[in-house]
Parts: sequence; C-alpha cells; structure tokens
Amino acid sequence: VNDLPGGPAVNQLDLHPPVTQIASDVQSLHYWLMVVCLIIFVLVFGVMFYSILKHRKSLGHKPANFHESVTVEILWTIVPFLIVTAMGFAATKTVVQQKDTSNADMTIKVTGYQWKWGYDYLKGEGEGIAFLSALDPTQRELSDAGKPQGDNYLLKVDNPLVVPVDKKIRIITTASDVIHAWMVPAFAVKQDAIPGFVRDTWFKAQKPGDYYGQCAELCGKEHAYMPIHVKVLSAEDYSKWVDAEKKKMAAKADDPNKVWTQEALVARGEKVYAANCAVCHKADGKGAGPIKALDASALVLDADKTKQLGVLLNGQNNGAMPAWKQLSDTEIAAVITYTKNSWSNKTGQVMQPSEVAAARK
Amino acid sequence: MSAVLDHHGAHGHDHDHHDHGAPHGWRRWVFATNHKDIGTLYLLFAFTMLMIGGLLALFIRLELFQPGLQYFNPEQFNQFTTMHGLIMVFGAIMPAFVGFANWMIPLQIGASDMAFARMNNFSFWLMIPAAIMLVASFFMPGGAPAAGWTLYAPLTLQMGPSMDAGIFAMHILGASSIMGSINIIVTVLNMRAPGMTLMKMPLFAWTWLITAYLLIAVMPVLAGAITMTLTDRHFGTNFFNPAGGGDPIMYQHIFWFFGHPEVYIMILPAFGIISAIIPAFARKKLFGYTSMVYATSSIAILSFIVWAHHMYTTGMPVTGQLFFMYATMLIAVPTGVKIFNWVATMWKGSMTFETPMLWAVGFIFVFSMGGFTGLILSMAPVDQQLQDTYYVVAHFHYVLVAGSLFALFAGVYYWGPKWTGVMYSEFRGKLHFWGSLIFFNITFFPMHFLGLAGMPRRYADYPMQFADFNAIASVGALGFGLMQVYFFVFVVLPMMMGKGEKAPQKPWEGAEGLEWEVPSPAPFHTFENPPKLDVTATKVIG
Amino acid sequence: MSAVSNHGGTPYYFVPGPSRHPAMAALGLFFVILGAGQWINGAGWGAYSLAAGMIIWLATLYQWFGDAIRESEGGQYSDRIDVSFRWSMSWFIFSEVMFFAAFFGALYWARVHSVPMLGNIDHQLLWPDFKAIWPSAAAGATASPAGTVDAFSTMGPWPIPTINTALLLTSGVTLTIAHHALLADKRSKTIFWMWITVLLGVVFLGFQVYEYMHAYNDLNLKLTSGIYGSTFFMLTGFHGFHVFVGMLMLLFITLRLTKGHFNSKHHFGFEGAAWYWHFVDVVWLGLYLIVYWM
Ligand code: HEA
Ligand code: HEA
Ligand code: CUA
Ligand SMILES: [Cu+2]
Repeated sequence: VNDLPGGPAVNQLDLHPPVTQIASDVQSLHYWLMVVCLIIFVLVFGVMFYSILKHRKSLGHKPANFHESVTVEILWTIVPFLIVTAMGFAATKTVVQQKDTSNADMTIKVTGYQWKWGYDYLKGEGEGIAFLSALDPTQRELSDAGKPQGDNYLLKVDNPLVVPVDKKIRIITTASDVIHAWMVPAFAVKQDAIPGFVRDTWFKAQKPGDYYGQCAELCGKEHAYMPIHVKVLSAEDYSKWVDAEKKKMAAKADDPNKVWTQEALVARGEKVYAANCAVCHKADGKGAGPIKALDASALVLDADKTKQLGVLLNGQNNGAMPAWKQLSDTEIAAVITYTKNSWSNKTGQVMQPSEVAAARK
Repeated sequence: MSAVLDHHGAHGHDHDHHDHGAPHGWRRWVFATNHKDIGTLYLLFAFTMLMIGGLLALFIRLELFQPGLQYFNPEQFNQFTTMHGLIMVFGAIMPAFVGFANWMIPLQIGASDMAFARMNNFSFWLMIPAAIMLVASFFMPGGAPAAGWTLYAPLTLQMGPSMDAGIFAMHILGASSIMGSINIIVTVLNMRAPGMTLMKMPLFAWTWLITAYLLIAVMPVLAGAITMTLTDRHFGTNFFNPAGGGDPIMYQHIFWFFGHPEVYIMILPAFGIISAIIPAFARKKLFGYTSMVYATSSIAILSFIVWAHHMYTTGMPVTGQLFFMYATMLIAVPTGVKIFNWVATMWKGSMTFETPMLWAVGFIFVFSMGGFTGLILSMAPVDQQLQDTYYVVAHFHYVLVAGSLFALFAGVYYWGPKWTGVMYSEFRGKLHFWGSLIFFNITFFPMHFLGLAGMPRRYADYPMQFADFNAIASVGALGFGLMQVYFFVFVVLPMMMGKGEKAPQKPWEGAEGLEWEVPSPAPFHTFENPPKLDVTATKVIG
Repeated sequence: MSAVSNHGGTPYYFVPGPSRHPAMAALGLFFVILGAGQWINGAGWGAYSLAAGMIIWLATLYQWFGDAIRESEGGQYSDRIDVSFRWSMSWFIFSEVMFFAAFFGALYWARVHSVPMLGNIDHQLLWPDFKAIWPSAAAGATASPAGTVDAFSTMGPWPIPTINTALLLTSGVTLTIAHHALLADKRSKTIFWMWITVLLGVVFLGFQVYEYMHAYNDLNLKLTSGIYGSTFFMLTGFHGFHVFVGMLMLLFITLRLTKGHFNSKHHFGFEGAAWYWHFVDVVWLGLYLIVYWM
C-alpha cells in the first residue's frame, strides 16, 4: 500500500497535513502542547530517575528526614496552574473560530443514515442538489472476504461530496436513526450528527483535492463502513460539476405518476436493493442472524401490499429495521416490487410509485 | 485478645462464630462476614473478570491484527468492545479496589471488621448475578449489547433482549457499589482506633473514603440514566427520542456526569496504594501528607464539573466548550501535586527496588504519560481531531491499565505477604513487571499514532495504511495477556497455596502502619478490642 | 476517645457471625433480574422467575431483619453501632437524592434546553410544524415535534397534588408528635400517632392512584405523552414508590412498637424510618413546586 493523498499515510505519525486554517491552528496547538508536556515530563522524571539512581540503599544513601514544606507545595500548585492557564488561553481563540459558522458562502446539510451519508445543498451555488453517498459495495465484499486491497480501501464512496475551494462551507449535520459523526481530519472537522437535532460546523478548504474521513461515532454494525469523501474543486470546475449534476438530476427525476411495468420496476428495484438493503438482508434475501429473511417472508408474500410498504416507510423493531422514507416513491415502489418477485418469491404483485406517494400522506 | 465477644444473646442460633478460628468449608466463603475473607472473594472475582475481559480484548486485537474481517463479523466485534469495556470497568478494576479496601482498611485503622459485615457480604454476592447476566448476554438472541460501554441512546434502543439483562445487571452492580461505599465510609468515620485521627490515617483509607463519596454520588445517577433507557425501550417514554421532545444528548450528559467521576473512582484508590508503597521503599516519610489529602479531595470535587469534555463534538455552545476545557485542565494541578509529592518522597531517600516499588515507579511514570495525553484531549480544538479515535483508546489504557491495574499489582506484591503469609519470588515478580511494562507499551503506544492519523475507535476493519501499528499492538496485547497468566500461575497460585518463603510480620524495612503490627498471615480476627496507639498512630503500644 | 461501652455484655463493636442471608438475597435478586429481563421481552416464564426471586428476596430480608432486631433487642448493639447506623442511613438517603437528581436533571434539560431547541429556527429544517411551548400541551403548542403524541392536558397543582402536599406535611407533624411521645416513653401515644402517620401515607397513595386514573382517563396524559408524560410519570411514580417503601418502614416500626421494641434511649430504627419519611416529604415539595406549579 501507498499513502492516500488527503487520507491516511502509511504508518502516519502525526495529524493529517492541514488543508484549512483551523486544521493548521489545531496542529500547531498540538505541537506546542506536546512540547510543553514533554518538557515537564523530562524535568519531573529527570529528577525522579536521578533520585532513583543516586538515592539508593545499595549505594549507602541514608534517608533524609524532611517530609513537608508549605512553600514547595504552593510553588508546585501555582506553577502548573499558570501553565495550564496559558494552555487554555492559547486554545481559546481556536475554539471561538471553530464554532463561528456565520457568513458562510454555502450551506450543505449532511444526514447520517445507517449506514450512509445524505448530502443536501441548501444554499449557495448548487442549491437543490441532493444525493446519497455510501461505501463502494465491492469494498464491503473485500472486507468480508478478509482480502483488503487498494490505497483507498474502505474509503471509496460512490458519490463524493463536491465543494469549491476557498469558500466557507457551513455543514449542518443531523441523522435519521442513531448518532453518527461526520469527520474529515484534513479539515479538522468532526461533528456529531444527532437524530432530531441539527448541529453545524464549517470549513474552508485551501487546496483542491480529495479528502477522506470516516464516521466517528458508534452507529451499529456497519459503523466502520460509512466513509466520507470530499472532493474540493476549483471555482470553474465546481460550476461545471454543478451544471452536469443539475442535468443528471433532471434526467433522473422520475415522474411519480408514471405507470411502470413489472420488469422495469424489478430491474430498477434490484439496484435499489443492492445499494440499500443487501448490507443486512444479503443479496440472496436470506438475512443473517437477527436480520429477517425476505425470501419466503410472510410479510413480503402477503397479498396486502401496504403491510410491507408500512415497514419500509416507518421502520420496525425500534429502528433495527430503519425507516426508508428518504428513498423516492419510485425507488420504494421498485424495491418492493423487486422483493415480491425475486428468489423464491413469485407473487406477481406490482407496486406503483403513486401508491407509495398516497401512503406517505 | 480477651473474650470481649463472649456475649450471650437470648436468641437461639448457633454460636460457632464466637470461636476465634475461621469457619470451614464452603460456608466460610458463601456465608462470610469476615472482611478478610470477603476481600479475598472480591480479589478472586476481579481477577476472573480481568481474564474474561482480557480474553475479549484479545478477540478485539485478533480481529484487528490485519485489515479485513478475518474471524468475526462487525456485530460480534462491537459486542466484544462493549463487553470488554463494561467487564473491565465494573467487573475487574472496581471490585479489585473494593477487595483491597476490605482487606486493608480495617487493618490500617485498627478496626475489628467492616461496619456492616453482613451487608458487606451482600455487596460481594450481588456481583455474581450481575456478572452472570453480563457474560450470559453473549448467548441471548441477538448477542450481547453492542452499543459501547457508554451505552449511548438511541443505539441502545435498537439492541436486543440482552440490553435489558445488561441494564438490570448494572442496577445490581450499582446497588452493590453503593452499599460497599456506605460500609467503607462508616468504617472509616466510626471505627478508627482511638488515636487514629483523620489526619493520621493512612492515605489508602483517605483515598477510599473520598472514592466512596464519589460512588455514592454518581452510581444512582447512572442508575437513573439506564432506567430511562429501559423505559424508552419498553414503556414508551421519550426521554431520548426527539420525536417526542426528548434528546439523545441528554443521555450523554447524565451518563458522563456519572462517567467522569467514575474514572477517578478507578484511580484514587490507586493513588492511595502508591502513597503507601513509595515511602516504604524510600524509607522516608511520605512528603506532604496534608497536601495529598487536599489534592485528592480537589480532584474529586473537580471531577463533578468536567464531564462534558467527553462531548466536545456533540456541538456545545462555545461557552460550554470553554468552561469544560478550563475546568478539565485544572485537574492537572492537584494530580501534579501528587506526582511531585511522590518524587519528593523518593528524593534523598534510601531506596530499594523490590517488586512493589518497581510497579509503583512504573505506575508514576506511565500513568503520567496517560495524564498528559488526557490534558491534550482536554483542549477542545485538539479533541475535535482526536475524539473517538485510537488516541482516546491509548489515553485511557495508559491511565487504566498502567494506572489502576499497575497499582493493583503493586498492592498485591506489597500486601500479598500479609494476606497469605508467604513471600512471592522476587525474580518472578520482576519478570512480571518488566514483561508487563514492555508489552504494555508495545500494545498501547502505537495507538497514539493511529489516533493522530485518524483511525476511529470501535472499528472492526480499517484502511490498509493503519495495518502495521495495529499488528504491533496485537502482538503486544498477546504478550501482555500472557504475562498476566504467568502472574496468576507463578505468583498468585503459589502464594495462595502457601508455597514459598514464610513472610515475616513486616517484610518491608521501611513500611509503616497498623497492618504490620499483626502477624503474617493476618489472623482471622484482628483488633477485636481497639488497640492503643502511639502518637503517630502507626504502632500498637498496648 | 470516650468511654468504651463494654458493660452488660455488649461488645465494643458487634460483628455478626456467618450468615446465609446475603447470599440468599443475592440469589433472589438473580432470579428477579433474570425474570424481569426476559419478561419485558415477552418470555412468559420471566414473570415466574421474577415472582420467585421476589419471594426469596423478601423472605430473606424478613429473616435478616429479624436477626438484626434480635441482636438489637438482645443488647448486642453498642452506642458505636448506633452511630454507624446513623451515618449509613444518612448516606443512603443521600444516594437516593442523587437518584432523583437524575430525573429532575432530565426535566430541567428538557424544559430549558431540548424542547426550546427543537422549536427554534434552525430546527424548523427538521420539525417545521413544531411549536415549542412547555408544557408541550399549552395553547398554541404541539404535543411533540413529530406529531406522534396525541394531544393531552397537563396535570395542575389543584386539587389532588395540593391535598397530597397537605397530607404529607401533616404526616411529618404526626410523626414528630410520635417521636416526642417516644422520647417521653409514652408508648401508647407513640403508637397512636404512628398509626395516623401510616394512614396518611396510605391516603396519599390512594390519591395518587386516583390522580393517575384521572390523567389516563380524562386528560389523555400518559407515560407515552412525549417528554412531558415521561418526566411527569417517572418523577411522580418513583416518588410514589418511595412513599410506599417509607410507609412500609413506618408500618413495621409501628408493629415493633406494639411488640414493646424501642425505648426513649434506644430507637434508631424509629429515627431511620423517620428520616426516610422526611426525605420523601422534601422530594415531594420539590415535585409539587417544579412539576405541578412551574
Ligand atoms: C483512570 C482513569 C482515567 C484518568 C485518571 C483520566 C485522567 C484524565 N483524563 Fe481521561 N479518560 C478515561 C479515563 C481516565 N482519564 C477514559 C476511560 C476515557 C474514555 C471514555 C470513553 O469514551 O470510552 C477518557 C477520556 C478522556 C477525554 C475525552 C476524550 C474524547 O473522547 O474525546 C478527555 C478530554 O478531556 C480526558 C481528559 C483527562 C484528563 C485531563 C485527565 C487528568 O486527570 C490527567 C491529569 C494528570 C496529568 C496531567 C499528569 C501528571 C501531572 C503532572 C506531572 C503535573 C504537571 C502537568 C502540567 C502542568 C500539565 N479523558
Ligand atoms: C478498565 C480497564 C481496562 C483494561 C484493564 C483493559 C485492558 C485491555 N484493553 Fe481495553 N478498554 C477499556 C478498558 C480496559 N481495557 C474500555 C473502557 C474500553 C472502551 C470500550 C468501548 O469503546 O466501549 C476499552 C477498549 C479497548 C479497545 C478498543 C476497542 C474498539 O474501540 O473497538 C482495545 C483495542 O485494542 C482494547 C484493548 C485492550 C487490551 C489489549 C487490554 C489488555 O490489557 C488485556 C490484557 C489481557 C489479559 C489480562 C487476558 C489474559 C488472558 C489470556 C491470555 C487468556 C487466558 C484465558 C483464560 C484463563 C480464560 N481495549
Ligand atoms: Cu455512522 Cu458510525
Ligand atoms: Cu472524563
């Protein structure tokens, strides 16, 4: 393996090379702290080891008799106090800057899902763009097989977050199920994404490039498999990306009233299934352990299609099966049709997007 | 010893216990009311849990030995991490210190036993159902809890039935701790031999007194937090559910209000042990006794106002970040005072380095490294980079393993001869120390680098760039674990079986205190009548 | 140190001999938690395990306390032990205070922090329709951010909680009268006022049951009524449970009084129960002000 630029380096010993002002501040703060701590460490333990070497019984050293001194006690209370106060002051400015999310050029909402990220461009250039970003499925398979490979192993995502360089990007985090944390070390950004609440943070990347991070709050079994990839582009490249993305979205936007054939829905559903459901329910629909099988599941085979729909929209078992509201009507219809007509399931039932839309009300 | 205990109650149950010998057979242990027997039970229990928790740690390190999933799936991995943390904290370290308290506090203050002997045994036997429930949770549908030892909502709401078993087990452990603490407080406050004033009391008793207060103050809060988790899971309350107006972050506040004092609960008694050992082997009185007492109290008081340093990344307002940052850093001051006092005690002493002293010096050195990384974590902006990475894992193993656990080993070597009447083998003790010290650092030092490079904790698999340091850590973990098995087989077992040189009443030339005024092994009953003490309250004069 | 009370065969500090009670009590609790954990997950046998465990536990406690009472009445407990009991009861009550602190803390956090925050401008992104006014059922408010909680009315201080306040305060007075009577060695007067105190406790609990029924039937206020319902029922519920326990303590003390236990010098059992009762009283005042009035 080689170093991954913007991601971890092989046997890296230090923080990531900073790409934002905050990250460099944090790095110098860390250096500075290390130096102070090291000096104290060397002084204190220098004295201790000197004593250990010299004041031994085997060298015939006789014990002295002193055992208290108010002066000394006060001294070694005050001096450390002053040192930590200085440390605190040094950090204060950075804390304040780090928390100052005002006057952002762009706002992006980041939503943590078990186990992927949703990005919504709320304000600024690219407003309206929204997509999901998940680990590239082959990586997950490599992991399962115990055969990792590649410099970007476990860091490769299908759709990276794209942002322009030198712009203050405000990130709003939230989550749909449990707490996640959105972390990009090169930016010195780590912000918990809390269900039902919004939090914010910001960064202003100084160099175009690819930067990587991972989910940093235990969020269930696939916690290790929800990486973050931020692509920082120059202003022109970013505008181009926005244009292309807008076009793609227009083309992809499904007419929710369109009536689909079973084959088309199954074909579409297979993709939706692979991207969202297969992690738990497995490609063969057999589930695993506590995860229910869909193959031959009574609920899937049930003639009343709304039952399965209800589970998808609302989740089940306290969210062990999460709600999938964030999928589009077409995607939900497709994946239901797919599960109802795959493996040993041969119901012939078809769910249309309009039915999903109706059930959402 | 006169027959003061020769009383005659009007009641009809047996009077065997008025014999001065120990009861025999299994009843001696199961029905125990003797502080020494209960202490032994605690220590054996804690060691068993250390082995179980250690085995889980070895599973973790096995899976992390190389990237890719080799042995376990991620769910199992999370279960191992969670249960490793819970078992080590609540099953190994805390009960081990309670075992020490049981054995040593009555001996050190000249009391005949703990204040409430039956309740003392109840505290111990409560650990057993709790431990069974915790370990059994691996075999419940869905496996053991996998939400981390911090049991953050709302992930806990997704766990299977084992989560409830875990919650009830924690309730029981909490009840046990509270009763144990009450016992210790009352013993220390009310059963000191005449002349043993508070400011003459050995520091181990002092640190435990303060620890017991911490326990009483925070265990009920933990009980409240997990009770809310329980009702959220089963009875439709909305404490941690924003859809109903609750807040998952509220769980974290309540948990860490418990959790931070909890980490000092695991270190203050260790400070007490070290404060006994350093003067003994420096052959010089402890430097700054009074300031040690004040420092310990300051740490305890400060520990209540720093909890949110575990929550910098949850998105607190800037004032909150600053407050908790300053408060946390303040703790370095009293902790520093302790370190300096120990060094000053060694200064111009006449030192020898038997095994207990080696562990104590090792403790000071390596614990301080953990303290310094703690200080670095306490800086809110820096913590932004390090929170939930292996840097934190490195930090807390430096303070917990090289801190609490090393101090426990130091104490076992120091007081073991008093408990068993047998000297351990110096060679074996030193081998155990050097092996542990080296393997410990091999295991946990590389984790600092992993953390700085951004490897998140609680990960079953990781990018390839992290592979080498993980491999090193795993090798170290195996070595460290084997050293502990060695310790049990070649140090503890022989002592328990009475094999080895007979221990004199006071094996350590420079040791002071009432525990050295009774024979080795300490007889079943000691100080049944309050001893008469000299002015320093370290010698019995009548 | 003062005189060691060593007269009349009372040991300096009584240390009980081996006892099977602690281990038995732990065994009982094992079946309790085993059963409880299984039962709430739908395993029917859990209820039996829970019940069996409770029986073992309670039976053991009965014997255990029986031993202690015999030792006490048999003159084994020196004044020093009396002091131990005082310390231990005080710190036990302190631990109970901290338990309630967790729930009061939750209420504080919800009212002052999370509910207002869920309704602020940033959070309109997630909960556009939520109007955060505590209690979340007030005019113009919605009961919960997600609209998953049915509308409910809150429980005001009038009339039941106020009556209950009066009951508890009165019970504090009657208990004190009983205490003074005991100090004057007027046994039958003590017993009379103790019965009155116990009765006041029972009436309090009766009113609380009635209040809960009122909440469920008329106000649609349930345990599931969002954070308001959660904090309301958990705080008042745990308090009610403590009243129940305190009432039992007083009851047993009264029964012991009728058996001739305690005298003007030696009655820590009485005082311990009284302390507990006053603690329950104080918690109630907190509830009354914070939960019902504010
Ligand atoms: C025995 C247990 C123990 C002890 C003693 C400590 C001690 C300290 N800890 Fe640690 N800590 C834990 C156990 C412990 N910790 C655990 C278990 C966690 C993780 C929990 C989890 O998330 O699972 C944790 C996590 C943790 C965090 C959160 C990290 C994160 O999740 O992002 C922080 C942040 O502030 C922190 C800080 C500190 C500090 C400042 C001290 C201080 O008390 C240290 C003081 C000591 C010294 C500083 C060294 C000696 C002093 C001198 C020689 C004097 C001179 C020094 C100066 C003037 C600087 N700890
Ligand atoms: C309290 C004390 C304590 C102790 C002593 C230890 C001891 C060890 N811990 Fe610790 N650890 C924690 C407390 C502790 N830990 C906590 C609180 C967490 C956080 C959990 C969480 O994130 O929720 C944690 C998390 C944690 C992690 C991170 C897991 C993750 O994030 O996914 C790792 C990884 O390496 C680790 C490793 C180790 C190792 C190698 C040891 C070694 O010291 C262990 C040494 C081994 C032995 C002592 C075993 C010897 C036994 C044998 C060799 C087999 C023989 C078997 C029998 C006889 C039955 N621990
Ligand atoms: Cu999402 Cu961890
Ligand atoms: Cu802490």
